[in-house]
Amino acid sequence: MPTPILMPALSPTMETGTLAKWHVKIGDEVSSGDIIAEIETDKATMEVEAVEEGRIGAIYIDEGTKEVKVNSTIAMLLEEGEDESALEDISKEATNPGDKNKDAAQPSSKDKADDGNDSPAAGASDNINKAAAKRSESNSERIIASPLAKRLANQNNLDLKAINGSGPNGRIVKSDIEAAINSGSAKKSFPQAEGRELTAPIHHGEAGNAAPGTAVIRPVSDKEIFATYEEGTYDLVPIDNMRRTVADRLTVAKTTIPHFYLTIDCELEQLLAARKRLNENAPKEGPAAFKLSVNDFIIKAMALALQYVPAANSTWSESGILRHKRSDVSVAVSVEGGLYTPVIRHADLKTLSEISNEMKDLAQRARSKKLSPNDYIGGTTSISNLGMMGIKKFDAVINPPQSTILAIGSGEKRAVVIGDDVKIRTMMTATLSCDHRVVDGALGAELLAAFKGFIEDPVTMLV
Amino acid sequence: MSTTYDVAIIGGGPGGYVAAIRASQLGLNPVLIEREHLGGICLNWGCIPTKALLRSAEIYNSIKHAEEFGITVEKASFDFDKIIKRSRDVSKKLTQGVGYLMKKNKVTVIEGTAKLTGKNSLSVKTKDGEQKISAKNIIIATGARARNLKDLEPDGKFIWTYKEALLPDEMPKRLCVIGSGAIGVEFANFFNALGSEVTIVEMADRITPAEDEEISAMAQKAFQKAGITIKTGSTVSAINKSKKQIELTIKTGNKEEPQNFDRVIVAIGIVPNVEDIGLEALSIEMDRGFIKTDGYGNTNIEGVFAIGDVTNPPWLAHKASHEGIIAIETIAGHKVAPLDPMSIPGCTYTSPQIASVGMTEKQATEAGHKIKVGRFPFQANGKALALGEPDGMIKTIFDEKTGELLGAHMIGAEVTELIQGYTVAQKLETTEHELMETVFPHPTLSEMMHEAVLDAYGKALHF
Repeated sequence: MPTPILMPALSPTMETGTLAKWHVKIGDEVSSGDIIAEIETDKATMEVEAVEEGRIGAIYIDEGTKEVKVNSTIAMLLEEGEDESALEDISKEATNPGDKNKDAAQPSSKDKADDGNDSPAAGASDNINKAAAKRSESNSERIIASPLAKRLANQNNLDLKAINGSGPNGRIVKSDIEAAINSGSAKKSFPQAEGRELTAPIHHGEAGNAAPGTAVIRPVSDKEIFATYEEGTYDLVPIDNMRRTVADRLTVAKTTIPHFYLTIDCELEQLLAARKRLNENAPKEGPAAFKLSVNDFIIKAMALALQYVPAANSTWSESGILRHKRSDVSVAVSVEGGLYTPVIRHADLKTLSEISNEMKDLAQRARSKKLSPNDYIGGTTSISNLGMMGIKKFDAVINPPQSTILAIGSGEKRAVVIGDDVKIRTMMTATLSCDHRVVDGALGAELLAAFKGFIEDPVTMLV
Repeated sequence: MSTTYDVAIIGGGPGGYVAAIRASQLGLNPVLIEREHLGGICLNWGCIPTKALLRSAEIYNSIKHAEEFGITVEKASFDFDKIIKRSRDVSKKLTQGVGYLMKKNKVTVIEGTAKLTGKNSLSVKTKDGEQKISAKNIIIATGARARNLKDLEPDGKFIWTYKEALLPDEMPKRLCVIGSGAIGVEFANFFNALGSEVTIVEMADRITPAEDEEISAMAQKAFQKAGITIKTGSTVSAINKSKKQIELTIKTGNKEEPQNFDRVIVAIGIVPNVEDIGLEALSIEMDRGFIKTDGYGNTNIEGVFAIGDVTNPPWLAHKASHEGIIAIETIAGHKVAPLDPMSIPGCTYTSPQIASVGMTEKQATEAGHKIKVGRFPFQANGKALALGEPDGMIKTIFDEKTGELLGAHMIGAEVTELIQGYTVAQKLETTEHELMETVFPHPTLSEMMHEAVLDAYGKALHF
């Protein structure tokens, strides 16, 4: 029987990708391990290898096609001795390959883990969260809901778009509505006249209803935007996958995470002296060579601070707060057209030179778009440093599902009062953004104080 | 080196063998262990052979009433042994069919008695000795057997359970059936149709106590009209066996009345087969003697599942099969919905038949629903009159606010074949609106299903 070749998921969160290039054409013989296509996601370009040998019988997705759904059939592989007629029997199934694939798949513990999030046991509130995250892209999609669910949604003034279905094929059923009623989410905003959208605030709370979770996000419509600016006064730049992901994730972050900000000044004199001495004595060549940056110290200091204040190393989930045991630090790396956040794992356990060299490698691979999903998934906090751009201080947006991000300003000489004297010291301002669901003010302050301690007296990072 | 199976299933009844087929379909490697007959009680000693008996009774009854249809029959008579033999032949054919299905699906079947020796291991006593089996998952599907009544244990002579009643040595002239659940009333109907004097003794205040009260009342009237004596609110207080007959003292209220019978069928429910299968060693959690499971068949021990009669009610073959499928798909990591007990239809093959799904009127009211009830009688349906089956009723119960079909209850000819219509409607979560809009074919019994919905909203057309 012909085997479908499916759009691979390069990361657990990947939902669609661009089929950048085909390396094979219909009729080509392939064997296991041959590269057959290149897939581009928001973060990386990956090569797709053949898992079985055979002959390419059909290619369903053209080169350059965007937003190809994960697990959709992109091509068919014929077994030895089969010809194209074998494809006719299954052409029907190919239109719905997801289910087919699921039936055929050998279950493994990994599959189970990946599916874990989708299982009904994961809880309805989780469904609602996911639905909220997906809302922007599914706006125009048909809503599949049972008649009873529709009626219940109507009676309870719920927005079906904000509810994820747990029934067959994602159908919204009675229990999903009941879960939404119980959690108080998915409340519908009152009807909005089309022409008023432009001037309306982005958040619409329900009039006279201050219940939590009632906000519905409604960005300014394209129609209004195009009506605002005269044609010809701008260029329209297409949105690529990276831009789309940045936009979606940060919109979710800023609209669903209750942010607050804490700012502290750190003196850098000792750090700069230590850095100078270490770099002067560093081997200049060979595998042990290194050249430390201030940022390497910051990564290490933040990682250690999280170990000192473990309650702040957390992630909010509806099923409970994840208290992370590791200090995995995501570091924002700016690239043409967007940014990446590769992760330095176990940054508390690594030496400064290890962090430094790993960071150099990650940054370089980020710029050449050669990061693999493993490189950027799963940090427990983030650092964004705009010091080298001359920024004194800024507030960063939390990188979900993390609950903190540290925004670093430039190190500069400032006049500071020490005792009763005004002295000149090199100072750096750091601002911590916190998810208030997990990190309260005092806890955030404790974390920031621990960070400051390591930065101002870097020797303490050695113990 | 012996094989490690993906799943070992203990018990080859409608739960176990269906689970084995589904496992095989999903590419799992199953082993099925059965101590007696493939097909379990259902095929060998339950659903199927009793339906074969009742069919003979039905035909005999039709022939006796042939005159009403303008057909002259000299004298109808029957051969009791042949009726029993036909019933056994039907069973045998189906059991062989299950064997064939196992072969077709490449299920390894071991004849023997299994005992859990760990959460991944079993020992099986076969006729060739003891065999060790290891499996990643284990499904306990050992089923249940008739519950005995103290002093009324099967004695190889007067006292029968369903099993002895299916292989009767003779036609009892005077039969007492203790218990009026589906099994009890079906045997009562069968022997009554063939000419036994049948008395039903039921402890509750009505027969078929699990059904809607209105349906119970109609069943009682119909059975009494057919010649069955019914004693509700009654128990057996004394037993006196002599050589030729058994005397039961039937206590109703304060009144005690001795009565002689040739045979007694005890049909007061079931007990699960949980002995000697190693549950204690694994500390598997029980609930009132049955194995405790969640909606997916998981016991408290990871990787050990239980399905069917050995778990919570209802104790029905189709419930066992469905649970088997859910358990296997859970093992395979699929996204599955748990079984809602309220969505499981129940059927009783008496004359008239009884079928129901969902809540009874009393249950719905007790659950706090404001309800709308619709009824439609067989005597107003053209097809029912043409068939010569004017006795019966279809009843629907809707939630007044949401229009959810909470329950449907039927009594009359062929209703066991009709109930699935409402079951599908419930699964799809239709409201009264969709059911009213559906076109039902004329002339059929199913038109009454439409009318019973219309009647709930005061819109019945033909009554």
